[in-house]
Amino acid sequence: MQAKKRYLILLSAGTCLVLLFYFGGVQLPSSGRNRHDRSHNGYRPDQPWPHFSDPLQQFLLWDQPDTEEYNIHISPRQKRDVNTSVYKGKRCRMDSCFDFSACKRNDFKVYVYPQQKGEKISESYQNILSIVEGSRFYTTDPGQACLFILSLDTLDRDSLSPQYVHNLKTKVQNLHLWNNGRNHLIFNLYSGTWPDYTEDLGFDIGQAMLAKASISTEIFRPNFDVSIPLFSKEHPRTGGDRGYLKYNSIPPFRKYMLVFKGKRYLTGIGSDTRNALYHVHNQEDVVLLTTCKHGKDWQKHKDARCEKDNAEYDKYDYREMLHNSTFCLVPRGRRLGSFRFLEALQAACVPVMLSNGWELPFSEIINWNTAAVIGDERLLLQIPSTVRSIHQDKILALRQQTQFLWEAYFSSVEKIVLTTLEIIQDRVLQQESRSTLMWNSHPGGLFALPQYSAHLGDFPFYYATLGIKPYPKFTAVIHAVTPLVSQSQPILKLLVSVAKSQYCAQIIVLWNCDKPLPAKHRWPATSVPVIVIEGENKVMSSRFLPYETIVTDAVLSLDEDTVLSTTEVDFAFTVWQSFPERLVGYPARSHFWDSNKERWGYTSKWTNDYSMVLTGAAIYHRYYHFLYTNFLPASLKGMVDQLANCEDILMNFLVSAVTKLPPIKVTQKKQYKETMMGQSSRASRWADPDHFAQRQTCMNKFASWFGGMPLVHSQMRLDPVLFKDQVSILRKKYRDIERL
Amino acid sequence: MCASGKYSSRGPALIPRMKTKHRIYYITLFSVVLLGLIATGMFQFWPHSIESTADWSLDRRSVHDAPLIQLPVSNPIPERGDLSCRMHTCFDVYRCGYNPKNRIKVYIYPLQRFVDEGGVPISSTGLSREYNGLLSAISDSEFYTDDVTRACLFVPSIDVLNQNSLRIRETAQALAMLPRWDKGMNHLLFNMLPGGPPDYNTALDVPRDRALLAGGGFSTWTYRQGYDVSIPVYSPLSADVELPERQPGPRHYFILSSQTAIHREYRAELERLKEENGEALLLLDKCSNLSQGVASARKRCYKGQVFDYPQILQESSFCVVLRGARLGQATLSDVLQAGCVPVILADSYILPFSEVLDWKRASVVIPEEKLPEMYTILKSIPHRQVEEMQRQARWFWDAYFSSMKAIGMTTLQIINDRIYPYAARTYEQWNNPPVVKWLSVNSPLFLPLIPPRSPGFTAVVLTYDRIESLFRVITEISKVPSLAKLLVVWNNQNKSPPEGEKKFKCPECTAIDGLSLDQTHMVERSECINKFASVFGTMPLKVVEHRADPVLYKDDFPEKLKSFPNIGSL
Repeated sequence: MQAKKRYLILLSAGTCLVLLFYFGGVQLPSSGRNRHDRSHNGYRPDQPWPHFSDPLQQFLLWDQPDTEEYNIHISPRQKRDVNTSVYKGKRCRMDSCFDFSACKRNDFKVYVYPQQKGEKISESYQNILSIVEGSRFYTTDPGQACLFILSLDTLDRDSLSPQYVHNLKTKVQNLHLWNNGRNHLIFNLYSGTWPDYTEDLGFDIGQAMLAKASISTEIFRPNFDVSIPLFSKEHPRTGGDRGYLKYNSIPPFRKYMLVFKGKRYLTGIGSDTRNALYHVHNQEDVVLLTTCKHGKDWQKHKDARCEKDNAEYDKYDYREMLHNSTFCLVPRGRRLGSFRFLEALQAACVPVMLSNGWELPFSEIINWNTAAVIGDERLLLQIPSTVRSIHQDKILALRQQTQFLWEAYFSSVEKIVLTTLEIIQDRVLQQESRSTLMWNSHPGGLFALPQYSAHLGDFPFYYATLGIKPYPKFTAVIHAVTPLVSQSQPILKLLVSVAKSQYCAQIIVLWNCDKPLPAKHRWPATSVPVIVIEGENKVMSSRFLPYETIVTDAVLSLDEDTVLSTTEVDFAFTVWQSFPERLVGYPARSHFWDSNKERWGYTSKWTNDYSMVLTGAAIYHRYYHFLYTNFLPASLKGMVDQLANCEDILMNFLVSAVTKLPPIKVTQKKQYKETMMGQSSRASRWADPDHFAQRQTCMNKFASWFGGMPLVHSQMRLDPVLFKDQVSILRKKYRDIERL
Repeated sequence: MCASGKYSSRGPALIPRMKTKHRIYYITLFSVVLLGLIATGMFQFWPHSIESTADWSLDRRSVHDAPLIQLPVSNPIPERGDLSCRMHTCFDVYRCGYNPKNRIKVYIYPLQRFVDEGGVPISSTGLSREYNGLLSAISDSEFYTDDVTRACLFVPSIDVLNQNSLRIRETAQALAMLPRWDKGMNHLLFNMLPGGPPDYNTALDVPRDRALLAGGGFSTWTYRQGYDVSIPVYSPLSADVELPERQPGPRHYFILSSQTAIHREYRAELERLKEENGEALLLLDKCSNLSQGVASARKRCYKGQVFDYPQILQESSFCVVLRGARLGQATLSDVLQAGCVPVILADSYILPFSEVLDWKRASVVIPEEKLPEMYTILKSIPHRQVEEMQRQARWFWDAYFSSMKAIGMTTLQIINDRIYPYAARTYEQWNNPPVVKWLSVNSPLFLPLIPPRSPGFTAVVLTYDRIESLFRVITEISKVPSLAKLLVVWNNQNKSPPEGEKKFKCPECTAIDGLSLDQTHMVERSECINKFASVFGTMPLKVVEHRADPVLYKDDFPEKLKSFPNIGSL
């Protein structure tokens, strides 16, 4: 019994202990865990903002006494005038400081002041002026102009610089078209000087717009000024080098994660960030190097770290680092922008911006988050963990976008200047302006002209992005130059076989023959409409005019003596549907670099590769008609018209410049190759012995305008899937192509 | 835990020696202990639902229970608001810090009722239904924190959505009294109706130091780019009216004007347009014969003919959204909801969420001055573009305009994207409607800018046990100049892979060669395809009729001059 009692007491005590332990002891840490949960696992107590049970009023009453009151106030027209007079200078906007009426509808013309004798103009500014003068925007008539550009060099406004132009203030005021800067655009790369580097240009710009490098958000007037990149004197005028990315590597990491090599300013404006870089430097994959060795008296200001930093600095090669790093730090210097930005972009080294308050180049149109990491100078110490946290997929995308942006807007002075003008044009022609998508995706805003269409689906470039397909039919455009005399002429056979294609929507005959149009009944009866257009000037370029009658996305361009079967047309069109932005054709040609003559050569020999397809038989998107007519300069189109030759070469140049890809050759019937050259018709231009030499000359002229050779070689030909395979011919859909 | 374990292990040894009544007593006691343990466990591991139900009942309270705060007249007033403020100058980024989720933490001040010394409230409406909805949405979201010390962004519970109902000075004083105000740093105010008569400022007139403003109706002169957020004016109809989504396409009317508060000058111009273009234009106004109130807000009239609003918006391709006294108009929201393409005439207006939304794909912006040319401008837009804009307009409403929650979340996401720009939502994420997201190709692997060269390829050979054929493949493929690496995947658990150059005989190989002809094999593969397509929700494979061959493939040309002479010779 005693034992029992003892056990009983023991047991009860034990039970009590357990209960206490559970209800008391564990309770304490449990509340601690709750708090822990909240911060780490995303747990949040439900409804911290109470559910109010009482009926609440609406913020907006149904019928606000807005109307009556509003109507007695000043007219909106007057209000607009008030805005114009109030918002000047630093508060300039297009609405208040720009005269839209000077820009006639759909016409954005730019006037450049004539250069005055004795005015010194830097090479960079001379380049800018000549680019504008060579562009399709240029006008010599100030009365037609929408925008004015000074012939006074405003690029370098650092008063200590040798390029600095003195007395700019009076020189500008004396211009009789100045009109207090209204509708003027001023280019500037450097402003202010040591020690404060203010962004003052040293003269009153009035109501002029600024296209300025290193511009800060503080002085930047949104949708009025344009932020341009800082570029060097050596920056190529046209064309420019391509990006350095030669291939994608997966995983996308390079030898270094993050690099920087540059000057360190020991004191003064912009020195803080670079002075702190050593905290993040780890000598392994984050290599941030600074040197104190610059300027005359660096020894005077040097600090304790200088010697060590300088030694480390000399150990690494800047180029080597640039090409072997995933990310490149772009910290501000004395000014907000630096050359390093463009260098990193070209090198496919994703820029990590550390320049608070810098309005990034072309920020109005470029979404920089897709090609750079926008850091915050205040969070320098977090930068390594930030870049490490970026996913591989994203790095791959960022890196490729650097290459796209570099080639689309930055690789030459021409691109920078034209982008600036196009941005302003978009503001002026509002209804015909580019969407963000057009600016930020291939092929970029300079090749996607909004005057063509407001609809993205009308361009050949956005099908994949929008998840849509081109219209599944084509329009054939036949270029006719010989009179219709017999019913056995190739053009009539061609008409019949093209019209039989299931994808043919209509046929346009462009009558570029000096003889009058043949009577309607002379054309064969076809199931699709045949439209005959009489060429106005009967020139070669007119075959690429954007005729309104072309309603399909695809155009099948044909010479009158082309021999094509329905099967060949059908097959080429199905191929084009997979590659709507490219030229798809049959006979191919090639270019090569003739090192003896130091010029480009043209060849029609059968080789293992090709870079052009002849437009005597080719399918392409109708947008290229618009681009050929509106984008190419009169000088090149004039050359084509004068020679009545090379129009196909020019079209190939254009399409390859846009796509950066070769055309596509599809297979063709054997006999076709021989007849393609037009032995059948004696009048053919292909018979002319000068013809070939002219084409050589054309190529070199075109290459110089494009600032480089845009053509790309290809070794691929697309054949029908069972082409020449050892299977029954009856199983083949495009069997006619194999039959002789 | 330890104690209980000890006793239970000794229990069984004790029990047989005890009498029945004691045994029952002990069993009861153990049961109690056990139940206690279970109950405690339940309580420990399931505390949230218990807590939250408790909170629910507690939180069903009235706004009148909120503490009353009296504002002394002499209380400081914040500065007006600095136009040069940007994230790097007026925003304390240290409070947001680095976190793996890249998400800002938002704190909401508890509700207080501010009154002046005379006991008069600072706002005539107090907390509005919409602001309450907005704050609830924030507190329900992933952004919310109840820990003021961890917050990156602070949202006052003082409702400033409509400036008309506010007493400016007192509201400013109330803001300055907030415990973490600190010159408005990292504070976010939501305002939809700024300014007041006669000149209707385009930003909230309440002095607010450095606070960020999510404002409806900003003009380019008041909007601090990259700092403020331009938000829509919420339309109360959004909650009450359900408009089914209509297929994009042509509508009965071409242009519709439904606003009632249009300045007489502009109304005169619209009427002139109507005269010129007739039936294509429908010009509606208030119904004069209806009494004021909710009913009248849902009706519009044209010469005695009565139309239901907003349903009538669905009958037009384009809908005019003209500025009123203010730039931001609630009509914009109704128009988008109806899938009608807004034609916005409000010079210098910063469109809602323009920092991330591409309005060029969803609307037409025309300068007020060009109102007389509106018809011509709209006629020049291709049909396909109108359809795309109709679809886009509706999508913008669904995603960003439809509720106070949508507006609030979008605003916070935009600020979040600025603070963690490397984790920001992409243009496609913001602008592509779900149907496009599904169909489009946006992988970085498929960017059109293909780098010019390739580092060669890695061959991956999957093998089971056909050694001979494996070796043949290896020998052939290793001749290829661009082969960078060869990887053999040995997919046989029962055999170990061959070593070195040793060759195996494989008698059954020839039998398996006919594998692809096997019927069951084809059936299995068809089943696979169907299964995969159903999981993908669509058939991602595309059919083409072409094949890539070398340029001179099977051409009548000397073989030795061809780059790839052996293709097709196997």
